Amino acid sequence: MNPLTILLPLLLSPLLLGVINKTKALLAGRRGPRWFQVYYDLARLLGKGTVYSQTSSWVLRLNPAVGLACLSVALLLIPAAGFSSALPFSGDLLLLTGLLALCRYSTILAALDTGSSFEGMGASREAFFSCLTEPILLIVLLGLSHVASSNSLNELLRFPSQAWGTNGAALVFWAVALFILLLTENSRVPVDDPNTHLELTMIHEVMILDYSGPDLAYVEYTASLKLWVFASVLTQILLPNRLEGLGGALSFLAGVALIGVAVGLVESVMARVKLDRVPALLMGAAIMAVLGLIQVLKVGL
Amino acid sequence: MGNFILKLDALSAFFLFLILLLSFLTALYGTQYLDPSEKKLGPHWFWFHLLTASMMLVVCSANAVLFLAAWELMSLSSYFLVVLDHDHKEVRRAGLLYLVASHIGLAFLTFFFFSLGEQAGGFDFDQFLQPGLALSNPTLLFLCALVGFGIKAGLVPFHVWLPEAHPAAPSHVSALMSGVLIKMGIYGLVRALTFLGQPPPTWGYLLLGAGAVSGILGILLAMAQQDLKRLLAYSSVENIGIITLALGLGLLGLSYHLPLLAVLGFTGGLLHVLNHALYKSLLFLGAGSVLKGTGTKEMSLLGGLIKTMPWTGLLFLVGSAAICGLPLLNGFVSEFLIFLSAFHGFPQSSYGLMLALLAAVGSLGLIGGLAIACFTKVVGIVFLGKPRSERTTQECGWSMRLPMAFLALACLAVGIFSPVIIDLFSPVVAKAVGLPSFVVSAELGSPIESLTMLSLVFGLFFLMALVLESFRRWRVASQPTSDAPTWGCAYVRPTPRMQYTASSFTQPVMNFFRSLLRPRTQSHPPEGLFPSGSDYSTQTPDPAKDSLVLPFYRRFRDGLMAGRWIQQGRIQAYLLYIALTLLALFLSSLVVP
Repeated sequence: MNPLTILLPLLLSPLLLGVINKTKALLAGRRGPRWFQVYYDLARLLGKGTVYSQTSSWVLRLNPAVGLACLSVALLLIPAAGFSSALPFSGDLLLLTGLLALCRYSTILAALDTGSSFEGMGASREAFFSCLTEPILLIVLLGLSHVASSNSLNELLRFPSQAWGTNGAALVFWAVALFILLLTENSRVPVDDPNTHLELTMIHEVMILDYSGPDLAYVEYTASLKLWVFASVLTQILLPNRLEGLGGALSFLAGVALIGVAVGLVESVMARVKLDRVPALLMGAAIMAVLGLIQVLKVGL
Repeated sequence: MGNFILKLDALSAFFLFLILLLSFLTALYGTQYLDPSEKKLGPHWFWFHLLTASMMLVVCSANAVLFLAAWELMSLSSYFLVVLDHDHKEVRRAGLLYLVASHIGLAFLTFFFFSLGEQAGGFDFDQFLQPGLALSNPTLLFLCALVGFGIKAGLVPFHVWLPEAHPAAPSHVSALMSGVLIKMGIYGLVRALTFLGQPPPTWGYLLLGAGAVSGILGILLAMAQQDLKRLLAYSSVENIGIITLALGLGLLGLSYHLPLLAVLGFTGGLLHVLNHALYKSLLFLGAGSVLKGTGTKEMSLLGGLIKTMPWTGLLFLVGSAAICGLPLLNGFVSEFLIFLSAFHGFPQSSYGLMLALLAAVGSLGLIGGLAIACFTKVVGIVFLGKPRSERTTQECGWSMRLPMAFLALACLAVGIFSPVIIDLFSPVVAKAVGLPSFVVSAELGSPIESLTMLSLVFGLFFLMALVLESFRRWRVASQPTSDAPTWGCAYVRPTPRMQYTASSFTQPVMNFFRSLLRPRTQSHPPEGLFPSGSDYSTQTPDPAKDSLVLPFYRRFRDGLMAGRWIQQGRIQAYLLYIALTLLALFLSSLVVP
């Protein structure tokens, strides 16, 4: 274990959002916000006053810390930059899905705590989409754990490069499925639009409408960490060759940045799909996940 | 044949522990929940104690006849508990449905035990277990046990009585029934499996399939409910599904000689029995406290209770997080073990088993996601937001709070100290799997290591959350804070009616599964140039009941109607039947000496 596995995500995850925004700006011919704009925003929010909804209770106030604790503990389970994870154990992949679920549960309840119909709408959509993403994520993890013959993310994401030789096709399928999950779970286009200004069409943004000040900083930072977690998992699946030391760290960071570019590209060239078409997209991801498994089984023959 | 033999092995002891713990807590709660000025409570407590005693007898009896007698006593005493409010028509109907269902189950169990007893040459459980006993029809016996015990447990499609009876009973009785009584079905199934020898793979597949169907259908129907207690009852169907699925995984492990899969499947399933007992009782007690405090269990009339009933709100929230299988609490640990068994079994198995494990992982994931959607709805609609109707609310008293607080702490304790708890489970699992205790302990070694790490991470989580929360409070306190109405696009006079409702919250899910659930909608859209009244209502009937159980029942009844002519109501005819029967018996004894 190396402190970098924790420090890199904690320090660089807002920058990933910067990469996405820069990509979008570049493709639209704008200069776009500064690379470190998200850091400035977070710092500014931490120094701002807070406005609470009169309807809300302690549930709304507790959510920011719970969500951030979920994601920061999740970072202990994921290897990064060629270093092993802080607390690897058999079954930690299930804990990762559990922590994401706890974060989501807390966010949904906080949204409902305000009694707002907009936030109820966002919560309802979030709950529905996650019903579909949860089994897909688990099936992908099942497949990966089969290929790596281990139930620990540490082995799963650092398995030897020959997996690409024998199970390359399956890994591509899972990577596509994971990318769709990344877009869904992090409320990116084509599922949700982080830039929209109409409450009726939002998912994640609308659930946090009543947050302000340091609370909002927590929630935004949590969201950036969540994006980082997905991007980091995806990168480590897609990187076929592992370098040691500095080379490994740099290739990992380049990979994560590329994922950010890919998200930015998707957001630049695609519109949001209609909300009732999102399940079809997720079913596509589910089929990808199962196809990958079939591929692995065929190789096993 | 009927010997009064009581035996206490690890499996019985585990269930006995549940019975004693939960009946004590629910009784304590009941003392305050029931209002002695409304109704004489003597009969109620009589049946309550009889139910507890008969359940204890069920898990301890080591003779089939004694078991059946205790089983019947248990069904009857719980029937009388359900119909405490018998002046309501629907309560009487629910009670009758429960009574009929119990006795259909008893018929299957009677056949099961008598067929087993005939082949074993005796009715003591020891005789069922004698080595070298080759059963001629193990699969038929397995199916009988599955149906008979499945009715009590509430497996789909035998669950029809459950969502009627549980809401009808007083809340502490619902808690006892959901927490413990339906688990007697699981106890019976596990005990029956020990008699039936080496299971063929088909049994495991069947249990796994039945569990997955129960789980998914149960949670979907739970989500469709408007009545808080009915919702919890359907969620019991879901949890019984998860337990059955886990037992199915365990059986598959036995059939394919994968001891780790077997041990983990049974451990996960039995731990889930304990967990469900803890959090479902907690939730039913919470629902009772809502019902007593507000006078209704219609979710669409409630809201914002966390402010007027802070204790109930907090404890209910803990229970709902536990039932969603979220980390830190007990639900996560059992689902973790069940998932782990599937993940461990996957690489070393045949194609059929792989497919089954894939289905198990997929459906457990789906159930988990749906459970979150369902219980965020409950907590969000009932406890958060603003009250949806004008009513006085009152927080429950200490005798009701204490049992709930104890259960919530127990949920947390099982979640945090899971390695210790699992270690205690190894003799129970050994009994259920039929492997020596040391083998089970050895197999559980690596899962216990995982659980230890899990506890460590949970500890870190608490620490982290504490630090982050203190920092947040400090930041918030060092700047001005103010109150404002909830954001509604700058509209500053929101009313409670503008809140999202329970049905709108679940609409996306219901719509996605509409081909399975077939909800009925009735609408009168606004019409004409000057539209006045319009309405829209939707109902989700139980598809298993409407398209499986009721048609089957009607067929069955019509078939029996063919023999209706025998019943003439004339004494002469009946005397003739008696004479003919005696004659036939006499003749048969001549032919078959």
